[in-house]
Amino acid sequence: MLAAATPPLDMEIPYTAEARPDTGVYNAKIGLWLFLASEVMLFGALFSSYILLRVGSTDWPQGLLSVPIGALNTFVLIGSSITVVMSWLALKGNDFGKFRLYMGSTVLLALLFISIKSFEYHDKFTHYFVKLKDGTELTGHIEGKPFNWSLPKLKASANAPGEIAFHPDAPKRGEPVPDSPHETLRLPVEQIAKLESFGPWRNTYLAIYFTLSGLHALHVIGGILVMLYHWGAGHQLWRKSREQFTNRVEVTGLYWHFVELVWIFLFPVMYIL
Amino acid sequence: MSLKAFHVVFLISAIALCLGFGAWQIRAFLQDRGWLDLVLGAASLLGGVALIVYFRTMLKKLRGISYL
Repeated sequence: MLAAATPPLDMEIPYTAEARPDTGVYNAKIGLWLFLASEVMLFGALFSSYILLRVGSTDWPQGLLSVPIGALNTFVLIGSSITVVMSWLALKGNDFGKFRLYMGSTVLLALLFISIKSFEYHDKFTHYFVKLKDGTELTGHIEGKPFNWSLPKLKASANAPGEIAFHPDAPKRGEPVPDSPHETLRLPVEQIAKLESFGPWRNTYLAIYFTLSGLHALHVIGGILVMLYHWGAGHQLWRKSREQFTNRVEVTGLYWHFVELVWIFLFPVMYIL
Repeated sequence: MSLKAFHVVFLISAIALCLGFGAWQIRAFLQDRGWLDLVLGAASLLGGVALIVYFRTMLKKLRGISYL
């Protein structure tokens, strides 16, 4: 009885290459679309949260993110959508060399996106809000660009400085320009009431920004791993079943397009509006 | 939906974003005369036009591939 229930080792998984008659597509495509449907619900819930938080807020921060850097990342992702389609088309045309070229380019563009994103994140954790005991509020950078300082951490450090050199932000559009805009301020630590970086704890906007963009970045990293697999060890399948390998690259391209489409919504929502 | 169909959906969204963002940046330039706004706006509008050209070429190239 037990032997009859065990599948044979050379069992073929059906509909990996050819279309299933009742659905009209191969199984991986159905599976991927079901997965993307769950992803739509995940990102949809977060976007809905963003809308509700924003509509319910009386004071929403503007201009905290660099629009040129966000636009650059958008162009990088749009470029990678073209290269991933080209890699699929190269396989359809039986040109494996071109597939590797285009898939490699997609991975490099995705890595560039992550590098730019990490630069942006680093900038937020080295950008500070300071409130002095006299009620003065300042935003800017601390000399040496320390990463994610807070007042308790600063006071508890073994070689705690008596004062910090602070470079205030340049005034935003419409704000009055101070007499000496590039002056470095020396702030005594005992005069500081609050010190925090622009991390997710700073305000609701940054909390939802880090949640949405962080989740998106994780999806990009997941895509990079899968594409690297196809580019490297996974290409062995090309020798055994060209159709199945081409289908794998197509579903990877579908996933990659979903990740990019999320960014197409994320960029205007987070950087511009 | 095949990769071809999803690529079409994505390109339409990307073209709309490029043209919309370009127009928004040009408007910002006209208000504040910030040269970075002009550069970004022009680059984005040019990117949108380039994507339209690519879109037409791609549709011709993928004529034989199903949307399903």
